[in-house]
Amino acid sequence: MAEITGAQSLIQALESAGVDTVFGIPGGAILPAYDPMMDSKKVRHILVRHEQGAGHAAEGYALATGRVGVCMATSGPGATNLVTPIADAHMDSVPMVAITGQVPSNAIGTDAFQEADIRGITFPITKHNYLVTNADEIPRAIAEAFHLASTGRPGPVLVDISKDALNAKTTFNWPPVMQLPGYHPTTKPNSKRVKEAAERIIAAKKPVLYVGGGVIKANAAKELFQLAELTQIPVVTTLMARGAFPDSHPQHLGMPGMHGTVAAVGSLQQSDLLIALGTRFDDRVTGQLSSFAPDADVIHVDIDPAEIGKNRFAHVPIVGDAKETIIELIAFIKDEHKAGRIGNYEAWWADLNRLRTEYPLGYDHPTDGSLSPQYVIERIGAITGPDALYAAGVGQHQMWAAQFVKYEKPGTWLNSGGLGTMGFAIPAAMGAKVGAPDKTVWAIDGDGCFQMTNQELATCTINNIPIKVGLINNNALGMVRQWQSLFYNNRYSNTDLHTNRIPDFVKLADAYGAHGLRCESKDEVDTIIEKALSLNDAPVVIDFVVHKDAMVWPMVAAGMSNSEIKFARDMAPQWMRSDDE
Amino acid sequence: MSRHTLSVLVEDQPGVLARIASLFARRGFNIESLAVGPTEASGISRMTIVVNVDQSPLEQVTKQLNKLINVLKIVELDNTAAVQRELLLVKVKADANSRSKILEIVSLFRAKVVDVAPDAITIEATGNHEKIQALLISLEEFGIKELVQSGMVAVGRGAKAVSERSLRSS
Repeated sequence: MAEITGAQSLIQALESAGVDTVFGIPGGAILPAYDPMMDSKKVRHILVRHEQGAGHAAEGYALATGRVGVCMATSGPGATNLVTPIADAHMDSVPMVAITGQVPSNAIGTDAFQEADIRGITFPITKHNYLVTNADEIPRAIAEAFHLASTGRPGPVLVDISKDALNAKTTFNWPPVMQLPGYHPTTKPNSKRVKEAAERIIAAKKPVLYVGGGVIKANAAKELFQLAELTQIPVVTTLMARGAFPDSHPQHLGMPGMHGTVAAVGSLQQSDLLIALGTRFDDRVTGQLSSFAPDADVIHVDIDPAEIGKNRFAHVPIVGDAKETIIELIAFIKDEHKAGRIGNYEAWWADLNRLRTEYPLGYDHPTDGSLSPQYVIERIGAITGPDALYAAGVGQHQMWAAQFVKYEKPGTWLNSGGLGTMGFAIPAAMGAKVGAPDKTVWAIDGDGCFQMTNQELATCTINNIPIKVGLINNNALGMVRQWQSLFYNNRYSNTDLHTNRIPDFVKLADAYGAHGLRCESKDEVDTIIEKALSLNDAPVVIDFVVHKDAMVWPMVAAGMSNSEIKFARDMAPQWMRSDDE
Repeated sequence: MSRHTLSVLVEDQPGVLARIASLFARRGFNIESLAVGPTEASGISRMTIVVNVDQSPLEQVTKQLNKLINVLKIVELDNTAAVQRELLLVKVKADANSRSKILEIVSLFRAKVVDVAPDAITIEATGNHEKIQALLISLEEFGIKELVQSGMVAVGRGAKAVSERSLRSS
């Protein structure tokens, strides 16, 4: 067999693993890998401007395609700049492989130039990680990394390779024999438990399908749709699950949680049975845990056994793949129906429909004639439609994008849910556009977020990745400002970004070779969005100058019970139970 | 809270101990004692971890441990159904007056003298946690100069090996 270098082996391994795109930046320790990368006909390397951008782009690519996203960086600072996106991918179960160069093995542990123990650093934020110092082990490490990243509960895997291993002579074998004796994800659910779940669903009076991102990861949206229509049970989709069930569907109550709809939050609080699918009872959904869904029994389906019972006791724990489980659940429910047992949720729907009618999502237009951020986001969604992809940063604009864009399809909403990483939108949209070049990809971003990662606009322009950026510019770190308004007596400590003066986002867009547009009034909104959609030769940035004091409603204050939800400032909904008080 | 003994079979690979220790640390669990060593199977190490936690957090930490790729199996060894041993080396002050009293305690606990100096005796003892504690209390009055103790190792009673037992978290 022909002798090649470890670096060539790495590139061949990536090609063999089906990689078509790598986002990265070269540097000293990873340099050997970049030489054969140049000759690869299968792998397109996209040179980003910051390693954080490479990581989020890999995430965006993974979310848009369902395949493993790949990023690459050198040792030391290159690797540590990947820490944020790796942690982000870990929290949101995004399949990602990060490849980093490491200093030569004889220098490891000597505090060598650009040395960082990236394997040690990423222990708690990866599904698994490797330090490879022997060239012969490169193919196996890569094969295992892709297998681990994409199976079971997906997540990031880091492969750190020392420079001497990249330079050493080796031979290439594919597929290598994987050695993962401790890794056996359970995908097939326990049928007895699924049957019990079906029986409980039929018997329940107030069930809710509490749907999480796992349903999207498992490709189970179609099955969820069947289950929902078969049972007629109300559906709520968490921030990570937006798009898993069509927003237009009459059974959809919207998003639960801190900024969820009154109907979605209320349904959970009053439910007697939560059918939790691929969701982890995150604190942003449950609010104060002890008062979350106080009357509900729980059926909890998750591929990760550690999620079951972590935050909330599960009466029917089911470890398994969401798709396989839902398919089996549908079969058992059909059996029940055939036997004449059909759930009756009429009274339940009457309650929920009242909540939905009385407390719809809404917003006011500012009285001073300035732009409403919610309106802008709503129009972006309405004009662009449900086939586009929407990435968001973190903060108010993210919540509005989750609330006011109407999602009809899984995988069309890309955001940083668990880690809450500001700056996610631009690089994630970039990665998504590379993975799905025929789709329109919006980055709905804030002026704070935008300034953390906007350098990737250079990457977008140079590599012909024409994303659209809807910049919701309210001059401030809006979500933090909202909390200061509500909980810190309007004392705005360090949240004014002065973005009305610096920078000029239109000029900045221009400097990056992107189209820069500005929108300051309501009657321009549609025209400017349409113009942005017509420009596909370069990225587009629209600076939407919006009102500063708009707030995200509804809201459950941190640590409070979900039953204390306010649909506007100091405005609490009337729950059913208060009717007979 | 109660004491639990976990026997964890892991792949013998660099970094495994760090992964496990860091998992305990970040999930807020205190390891009371830890012992690591080889097993009957090559390439597999066994860790005996003693933790002081309630049942439900124990279940959570066990599940989290199981998620580590290098962890092969976790079994909780029930205190009554397992033989548990700790090793103690203790250096006690001893002069002509106290030496015989100390030797009496040593023989009472079936411990061993492993080194003698004019003004000190070093004692080796093995036993379960309670026995080792009782021995230390008895020796305290003479003055303990130095003490070193191993983590607990434990093995289930009966014919079955840990590799044949069912998983703790199943």
